[in-house]
Amino acid sequence: MSTERPNSAVASGQPLTSASEQSTREFARRLRVHVLRMTHRARASHVGTCLSIADVLAVLYGAVARVDPTNPDWHGRDRVIMSKGHGAAALYAALVVRGFFPEEWLDRYCQDGALPGHVTHRGVPGVDASTGSLGHGLSLGCGMALAAQSERLDRRTFVILSDGELDEGSIWEALMFAAHHRLGRLFAVIDYNKIQSFGRVEEVLALEPLAAKLRAFGWNVVEVDGHDHAALSRALTQLPQAAPTVLIAHTVKGKGVSFMEDRLEWHYRSPSDEQLAAGLLELGAVV
Amino acid sequence: MRTAFIESLCEAAAGDPNIWLLTGDLGYSVLEVFSQRFPDRYVNVGVAEQNMMGVAAGLAMSGKTVVAYSIVNFVTLRCLEQIRCDICYHGASVKIVGVGGGYAYGALGHTHHGIEDLSVLGSMPGVDVVAPADPIETRLAVQTLLQRKGPAYLRLGKAGEPKVHQNSPAFGVGSIVPVREGRDVLFITTGGLLEEALRASQQLVAAGLDPAVWSNPWLRPFDVARVTAAAKDFAVIVTAEEGVITGGLGARVAQIISGMEGSRARHIGVGVPPEVGPSALSQKAARARFGLDANALAAQALAAMKRS
Ligand SMILES: [Mg+2]
Repeated sequence: MSTERPNSAVASGQPLTSASEQSTREFARRLRVHVLRMTHRARASHVGTCLSIADVLAVLYGAVARVDPTNPDWHGRDRVIMSKGHGAAALYAALVVRGFFPEEWLDRYCQDGALPGHVTHRGVPGVDASTGSLGHGLSLGCGMALAAQSERLDRRTFVILSDGELDEGSIWEALMFAAHHRLGRLFAVIDYNKIQSFGRVEEVLALEPLAAKLRAFGWNVVEVDGHDHAALSRALTQLPQAAPTVLIAHTVKGKGVSFMEDRLEWHYRSPSDEQLAAGLLELGAVV
Repeated sequence: MRTAFIESLCEAAAGDPNIWLLTGDLGYSVLEVFSQRFPDRYVNVGVAEQNMMGVAAGLAMSGKTVVAYSIVNFVTLRCLEQIRCDICYHGASVKIVGVGGGYAYGALGHTHHGIEDLSVLGSMPGVDVVAPADPIETRLAVQTLLQRKGPAYLRLGKAGEPKVHQNSPAFGVGSIVPVREGRDVLFITTGGLLEEALRASQQLVAAGLDPAVWSNPWLRPFDVARVTAAAKDFAVIVTAEEGVITGGLGARVAQIISGMEGSRARHIGVGVPPEVGPSALSQKAARARFGLDANALAAQALAAMKRS
């Protein structure tokens, strides 16, 4: 494991300028294009969840996280855990846009021996943890943040959670743990698109009042529009607090492709040829 | 066994600053020697075993070697998917330590009967699974596992088990530990049943037989070579495990025998059936009930010898 500083330019970790916001917006647009193509080609599910989290990933990988594609195992790097592992296509696409591995790898998404439909670190540079069963990532992030705290490293740990994932009791174990151990460099982002796999969150198992619950668990809570890059960047680059920070990112499932927005069915369906073409058109991509 | 465990863990931690100890709020009068000596590397995570395993994996993925301690079922079954996905899939160096293996806490009731752990952990990808026979094997197991990369499960009894070995035996990774030489009946035990098998062997000697006794602490990796050779050398092999017969020591031996050429051994697999059993059941009573105490093991070996 290498401990030297990365030799290429790393993300600044500073709030976005208008130029850098333009670049994270382009990052997100390219990410969404990849996701549409991947789920179409593979006839895979979870396109809605990937579009929902696209802006968070674009800001994280485009501006906030100190990572180095030329040295993916750099010991001092920030850690990013996609606890909602079914957003794998979005994570792989983000890593491609950030330059961790070639775009061609995405062509074989969900094919035998290639990138699987849930996140794997095996053979995939830039992935810090494998996920896919909900409720695991925050505990992993706690362990990584605790290790960094014990070594007095300034690296941060980012964990991306889904709203449905908060049904898992293990998440609340980890929330208690992180606050108790004052893991101030741990950031959780909740992709709060209000839809979980078989219904609306408030109908399946109500989360509200979510912010109050998280505050009561000892976290520093920030509510943001999960598609507002400047707001996401501000919240993710704030100075470390004594407590861990959670962003409740209010998002829209399927964001960016009008006919997929806020619809449960796009947790499962993959775009047809016509739907791919229509989606790409909306994203300003060549079919 | 618990004392041997914590002493050897402290010795290892004194020499390796990357060794951490996590507990799920258990270990009173056992773990204090570690927590007082290495407070920065000790965390009582609370009664939250799923989180404990994830935290352990996250620490291990950051370069630590992590021991995660609780009672057998809480540290295996309660958090099995964390073990599978977070520890095993990442090859994380988390050494899971379960106390109260078998019926060590038998009187405490069903929840505390640690009988499925070896079978279940043995089916997880890439885990060392070790059930030492006595404090001496426990010490050797702790030393060995902490030096190996990757996940492990160590099943312990409780406190106060006698030393069965006279001296420190050879303790290779995945190797059976022969304890008594013999020619016709072979007892292979895992965990604390070694002492029962040794007493059974004395009864067989009195009956004119020449029994061998092997301790098999390593369920994984497993000593296939030695068991294969034994199936050719012995008329009867009796395996004894204080756990379910599905997927443990006996099942592994039966699998080897059924797949090999030239076996002459008749195999008697003694263990616990996978059924709901009595609730309060002391270890002594459990061993008698399931044919695992010295008298029952000797009787089963004799009966098999008569038929062979
Ligand atoms: Mg959702």
